[in-house]
Amino acid sequence: MSLYEVFIRSRRGLDHKHCGSLHAETPELALEYARDVYTRRNEGVSIWVVKSSDIVASQEEDAESFYDPMDDKPYRHATFYTIPEEVKNL
Amino acid sequence: MTDQQALFEYVLRLGDDALLLGHRLSEWCSHGPWLEEDLALTNVALDYIGRARRLYSYAAEVENRGRTEDDLAYLRSEREYRNLLIHELPRGNFAESITRQFLVDAYNIEFFGELSQSADPTLSFIASKSVKECQYHLRRSRHWVLMLGDGTEESHSKMQRALDDIWGYTQELFTPDELDLRMAGISIGVDVSSLQPAWHRLVEQTLEQAALVKPSDDWPIIGGRAGIHTEHLGYLLAELQYIQRSYPGLNW
Repeated sequence: MSLYEVFIRSRRGLDHKHCGSLHAETPELALEYARDVYTRRNEGVSIWVVKSSDIVASQEEDAESFYDPMDDKPYRHATFYTIPEEVKNL
Repeated sequence: MTDQQALFEYVLRLGDDALLLGHRLSEWCSHGPWLEEDLALTNVALDYIGRARRLYSYAAEVENRGRTEDDLAYLRSEREYRNLLIHELPRGNFAESITRQFLVDAYNIEFFGELSQSADPTLSFIASKSVKECQYHLRRSRHWVLMLGDGTEESHSKMQRALDDIWGYTQELFTPDELDLRMAGISIGVDVSSLQPAWHRLVEQTLEQAALVKPSDDWPIIGGRAGIHTEHLGYLLAELQYIQRSYPGLNW
């Protein structure tokens, strides 16, 4: 059986949120299981299931190259800039 | 039999159908092939138990003799149970449970669809709630029939054997007795014989798609509505009713 990740939208207007994973034989069964496992108490209005193997994820060892370079670039944050007095309502 | 008695008997038998299949499904709890299916099966079981509670409560109200839903479930013996026999058959292996479930779901979707038009507002309300549940149950059980019937050699042979064993109990679903006819006559109940064509269409189409062979109809087993049961019901009730029989009136 394949592993599937389950995403549930709890209310209209909100985003789908990852809420867990489960095993199933087919995508259709994964959807039904997601309904039975994760929405028994009225938690959702929409379900997505995605094969876990189809998710491309960043790895622990990517951290240095992915995130560290951001540490020394304060100019990427709006707070880096001082706002001229004349500018109101920014 | 007065109209009130007839309505009581009618609602009671529908309650019996729901309770017994709910109990059979609940026997899968912690025995499912894997966690997800275990939860799915017991979810369906809870739908059935919920339906049984609604029907028994209404039956008790119609009877108006101070009995409760629990009295009706726990304090009647097998001859007083009036369910269709297919609901009391043992849970068996997974193929048997799924095959029975599919045949019953295909029936329920038609039955409760019709019953939701009942002239009795409470029955109509219970039925329209049930239809939604049945749609989901059918989606699940039909899916499994297709997967297992047209699956491996072993799954196919188990499904075919289950179908051959259970098929004889399906004719009872469409065989009305006097009470069925009486209730259908006053637009409260369903004329079950009219449901057969739609049921057949769905079942035949699914079996064909699942590479399963429809068994012949020359082996009908009928008796549940008259209180004549298979040997399995006594054992089921012994377990279901044990606590109330041993400790009468015991509460949670």
